[in-house]
Amino acid sequence: MPWALVAAVQLTVFAASSLRDAFQELGRQFGQENPAVEVAFNFAGSQELRTQLQQGARADVAAFADQPQFQALVRDGLVGAPAIFARNRLALIVPRGNPAKIRELGDLPLAHRIVVGDPSVPIGSYTLRLLDAASARYGAGFRKKVEDRVASRELNVRQVLAKVRLGEADAAIVYRSDALEAKASVETIPIPAELNPEATYPIAVLRSSAEPRLAEAFVHLVLSDEGRAVLARHGFQ
Amino acid sequence: MKVRVWDAAQLGAVAVAASFLVLPVAALGLTLRWEDLLAGIRHPLLWPALRLSLRTSSTSLVLVVVPGSIVAWWVARHPGRLSRAVETILQLPAVVPPAAAGVGLLLAFGRRGLLGPWLERRGIELPFTTAAVVLAETFVSAPFFLQAATAAFRRIDENLLVVARTLGASPFRTFLELAIPLSAPSLVAGAAMSWARSLGEFGATVLFAGNLTGRTQTLPLAVYTAMESDLRAAQALALIMVTFAFGLLLLLRRMIREAEHA
Repeated sequence: MPWALVAAVQLTVFAASSLRDAFQELGRQFGQENPAVEVAFNFAGSQELRTQLQQGARADVAAFADQPQFQALVRDGLVGAPAIFARNRLALIVPRGNPAKIRELGDLPLAHRIVVGDPSVPIGSYTLRLLDAASARYGAGFRKKVEDRVASRELNVRQVLAKVRLGEADAAIVYRSDALEAKASVETIPIPAELNPEATYPIAVLRSSAEPRLAEAFVHLVLSDEGRAVLARHGFQ
Repeated sequence: MKVRVWDAAQLGAVAVAASFLVLPVAALGLTLRWEDLLAGIRHPLLWPALRLSLRTSSTSLVLVVVPGSIVAWWVARHPGRLSRAVETILQLPAVVPPAAAGVGLLLAFGRRGLLGPWLERRGIELPFTTAAVVLAETFVSAPFFLQAATAAFRRIDENLLVVARTLGASPFRTFLELAIPLSAPSLVAGAAMSWARSLGEFGATVLFAGNLTGRTQTLPLAVYTAMESDLRAAQALALIMVTFAFGLLLLLRRMIREAEHA
């Protein structure tokens, strides 16, 4: 209750940008179950979160979009072994109306302006894996042809999505969950399943957490059937 | 207050201010190992970003200084409500947060922006091009020069201008050969502030121009991108950027001093 002078306990969750909508919903749910707790999120590219945590940022829970970044935290002793709570796939999206007339992944070089993630963030490294796999199918020059059309390498997946929503990009590679989130303003072009890399999402409680029991409870909610249902509704598997 | 207490208070304030302002910059250098610096110099993002930063910031400097001097002259020589209103509008970008400027630039010049259809008919594309970087830098840096130039032109002794005119100099010659040289130190100082602001521009650039090595990734964007994967590389790039900016500051201060003594 906003008028009550109860000092709320704050739970800080560092989460990958792609988790924004699903985690905000889970945060609200957690807040309803624990009225004295205020869940605060820091959404950013997983690399940025990793660097912040390695530099001593205070947080209770970390949830990333890829494993190598999380392993760096494990090696530094900042977290224990993570649990995998979600999986995701990539999606090729175009603005409504599909100005570049892209019908399949092989048409991607038709796009005048493509926006992707920077290779240093998970969405960018998954995108490179997709382009390499696609080059085996559409010809060795495919990746190069696509990269020639790349207008920007954004530093988190939501910035990639924003460029398509604004109509500034003719095509972009994001996560399937982002495509679902933005389905009012973007169209999704199917990617052949055998070319589409799988993104895995690890989560763990920080060893330095000031509220380890609450943090455990939040992780528990994410891993519960309830949590999985929320994630599934937002396009995660 | 006793004189000695006041003296001590001043010294204390100076010491606190100077150490607070210097510490983060010093930390960039003091916590970096030699091999990290060498790795930073060899970092694949550095040289394209440095070249791009120099190219875009010098272009935007010309775009600010040449028309800006004329605009500042008009504002300074026209006292009244209109010129005061114009002056306020010209100062606006200085208080607009750069991220807001980036969104505004997209909504003005983007494909679906206010001028988007007009630009598209003429085959002009701005977002995600080097031109977008120049526009963003010009937008955020212009007020610094305009303010310095307007103030300098206002300080010119009216009698000198009258004498020049009675000796037969045209208004344009008076501006070019009297007002500009008289105000040179302030103009250079204003230009230096503008240039430094352009070199450091991040928020408007990343939103309006995107992040592509060699085309729109300036030094600040390279620092941010490197930070995603490797703090040491980001630090080395940042240190190189600071060293460069500090060199620029020293050089300009010297130029200003010489101009003032000439």
